[in-house]
Amino acid sequence: MRILFAAVFLLFQLSASAAPMDTYKFESDEQEKTFQKLSEELRCLVCQNQSIAESNADLANDLRAEIHKLLLAGKNEAEIKAFMVDRYGDYVLYDPPFKPLTWLLWIGPVVIFLIGLFYARGFIARQNSSASPAELSDEESERLRELQSELNVSERETSGEKNMKRGKRS
Amino acid sequence: MTEKKQTDKSILRRFMPLIIFALLVVMLGVGLTLNPRLVPSPLIGKPAPVFELPLLNGEGVFSNEDLKGQLTLVNVWASWCYACRQEHEVVKKLARSGLRIVGLNYKDKKQDAQAWLAQLGNPYEVVFADESGRAAIDWGVYGAPETFVVDAQGIIRHKVIGPVSDPKNYDGLMAAISKITDGKL
Repeated sequence: MRILFAAVFLLFQLSASAAPMDTYKFESDEQEKTFQKLSEELRCLVCQNQSIAESNADLANDLRAEIHKLLLAGKNEAEIKAFMVDRYGDYVLYDPPFKPLTWLLWIGPVVIFLIGLFYARGFIARQNSSASPAELSDEESERLRELQSELNVSERETSGEKNMKRGKRS
Repeated sequence: MTEKKQTDKSILRRFMPLIIFALLVVMLGVGLTLNPRLVPSPLIGKPAPVFELPLLNGEGVFSNEDLKGQLTLVNVWASWCYACRQEHEVVKKLARSGLRIVGLNYKDKKQDAQAWLAQLGNPYEVVFADESGRAAIDWGVYGAPETFVVDAQGIIRHKVIGPVSDPKNYDGLMAAISKITDGKL
């Protein structure tokens, strides 16, 4: 049983490391780090929900090789990103820049949240006001007084009747 | 009058959720019809990238300078690409109509590419081979087929992603071409 667990565990380990492995050589650790960072931040255009680092697509392979070449040629992170954007557009970036074309993308969620907040506030306010009734207008309080006096009158009448009934019985 | 306004307002309020729902449905519906694979090219309006590639038949080279002088379609294709086979008849038709079409053979084997052309016909004025795919990166190619419209000055004016045989793509291509040539070819 334990062996079976170990085997299953190993299987998961293997699948977790199935992301493409290249054997690129770098001049420094920093270069390698930049390579990792870039290939994780750039979108593979063939399989769009994967980064270049994760994808096994042919183009992702080529782009990783290109990033490697550019790094060795002394290009920095920003220059390599610009290289990709020049060819594939902002779409290649998982973290698109803030500019007129992407305003909706960046601000949209905040705006929708604020609209929701505004409506929620109105809704809550309405709930509160229906719980504690507003003051009556003059007209309404007049009508209320009328109704109350009518009620008093009819009450007195019915209690009088009762007394009469009681009197009859005694 | 104010009472009528009041009821208008409350009706609006009552239907607000429905209106928001309808808006969402429309937005998501439009979103569904969009093709996420169509990534707009930043190269439109810019000069074709600098390149020099060997011809498929081995008789010389083709460079971005050779694109100039005449409206040219650059068709990115490969023998391993199924959609290229689909669009091929339309590419041939376009060539017959007098358009200059050159082929960028993308990440292909020479023999395969030549056999493909021999079998299906060759509508290209020239075919140049980008075996490594490096030149295609400069063109922002991320699949085949893709077709670029390059004007006589060597400026990229339009890009078709996917087969030109697709009616939408075909119409877009034709519109782009007639815009450049002013209706005459």
